[in-house]
Amino acid sequence: MTDRIARVLPQIVVAPSFALILFFVYGFIVWTGYISLTKSKMLPNYTVIGLRPYERLFQMDRWTVALENLFIFGFLFIFVAIVIGCLLAILLDQKIRAEGFIRTIYLYPMAISFIITGTAWKWIMNPSLGLETVIRGWGWESFSFGWTNSETLAVYALVMAAVWQSAGFVMALFLSALRSVDQDIIKAASLDGASPWKIYLRIILPSMRPVFMSAVVILAHLAIKSFDLVVALTGGGPGYSSTLPANFMYEMTFRRNEIAVGAASAMVMLATVAAIMVPYLYSELRGKKHV
Amino acid sequence: MSDTTTFAPAQTRSNAWLRLSLWVVLFVFAIWFLLPAYVVVGTSLKDLAEIRGGSLLSLPHELNFTAWSHAWSKACIGVTCEGLEPYFWNSVIMAIPSVILSTLLGALTGYALTKWKFRGANIVFALILFGCFVPFQVVILPMAQTLGLIGITNTVYGLILVHTVYGLAFTTLFFRNYYVSIPDELVRAATIDGAGFFTIFRRIILPLSPPIIVVSVIWQFTQIWNDFLFGASFTTGGAQPITVAMNNLVNTTTGVKQYNVDMAAALITAAPTLLVYIAAGRYFVRGLTAGSVKG
Repeated sequence: MTDRIARVLPQIVVAPSFALILFFVYGFIVWTGYISLTKSKMLPNYTVIGLRPYERLFQMDRWTVALENLFIFGFLFIFVAIVIGCLLAILLDQKIRAEGFIRTIYLYPMAISFIITGTAWKWIMNPSLGLETVIRGWGWESFSFGWTNSETLAVYALVMAAVWQSAGFVMALFLSALRSVDQDIIKAASLDGASPWKIYLRIILPSMRPVFMSAVVILAHLAIKSFDLVVALTGGGPGYSSTLPANFMYEMTFRRNEIAVGAASAMVMLATVAAIMVPYLYSELRGKKHV
Repeated sequence: MSDTTTFAPAQTRSNAWLRLSLWVVLFVFAIWFLLPAYVVVGTSLKDLAEIRGGSLLSLPHELNFTAWSHAWSKACIGVTCEGLEPYFWNSVIMAIPSVILSTLLGALTGYALTKWKFRGANIVFALILFGCFVPFQVVILPMAQTLGLIGITNTVYGLILVHTVYGLAFTTLFFRNYYVSIPDELVRAATIDGAGFFTIFRRIILPLSPPIIVVSVIWQFTQIWNDFLFGASFTTGGAQPITVAMNNLVNTTTGVKQYNVDMAAALITAAPTLLVYIAAGRYFVRGLTAGSVKG
């Protein structure tokens, strides 16, 4: 009898965590999916009306703008953060004195909440008191930095703050990967007369494909989840010109009594994340079995 | 031979230039990363006249901490004017149990999944892992309802439950990846000696775990302390965590805008995670890179 308990003990131990995840993640996904097919307005209503909330969702200009913003924001954020992070990692890899100190400076934004990052950058970008005034004071009268007040530029202000927050993390990722590159190959290449520049471009960076992949995946995931940065930096405005899908969902669900539409937008977000994550996780987990 | 002697000085000269430009680039980026911190701290030490009259980048005339104490104990958030202090303690009360619970559950789950492989263990792990990447928007609506059903809406307990559950996926991932690298022979040998599941965990696995426990605790603490979405969705008024309260303080539209108090509030809100980062930065990096699903 005790033997049988001992044999199933691992399952028993895993069970609570697994049950929690099953209910609070997968159960809730089903729940939200169901709500997204109903006529819920201010309160959940379980009368199914089919795909109409999705139709409404895609007819809303606010949603179209949010999707476009996510596209612009996500693409620029991922691209710039990777370029800067990769550059900084390569530069720091040149046997720099005080490397630890510099790394600390580059990485500290990652410890801070997006709410604070947004608040700080909002203050710096404040048109009447911020950096704009400073630089005009230096004599560059036409300088303008009113990004957060501009319908077209607000989304770039988001990119700027998000890159500031995450570039150090990308750097840390790449730096640890650079350190684990096989030194013999590099030595051989430099004996063959290859310049350091060529060694990086032709040998080291191509060997870091998996790290690029992880960086893209993590940043994409951050971009889709981005919510607090928008709240703190632009408030989604001017108007709703800088909302992202996460903010749209919150607005519909908690402010505008459009629960079904909010749930539909959440399901679209989930589908987007799944489209990126499932193939990635699948290949990661399969790859690991060989090790 | 003469070739190399003429070549060498030229190369050192170009190397010196390269070295210099390298430092310039690193320096410019350091300024970019430090600028917001400088501006926030500087502004929080000025009074309003100095902010209006002076420049964003100028040093404060004197060390004036009144904005800090105002933000801590007097600033108005919503209808109450007790500063950030009560919300700070909300966050502390919320973070500590959630960090402990999710780390403990993650350690046990990771241990069982790697050292006592049972049928379906990999599927269980894959399902848990996907939980790391689910956009939380897809769970907040049912979560709000569930918290209501249990009767802990708008309480710190509700947030403890939420953070424990959604931190579990990450902590399981950390411990699982760490325990995979501990040789199975250790466990097998102990089993032959007659040690059971929990004995092995306590005597062998736990003593090997401090590095990953630190990573898990730092990761969970920063995530939970910095959370805004859950706090804003499930709490109002007195039960709010500090991030939500701070945002309300900064974005209130009534009265004269007190930029120095706003910045002091931002500093107070950031202080705990910054302290953790300064004290345990090395492990923090490890926690961050561990989140990248590398085995």
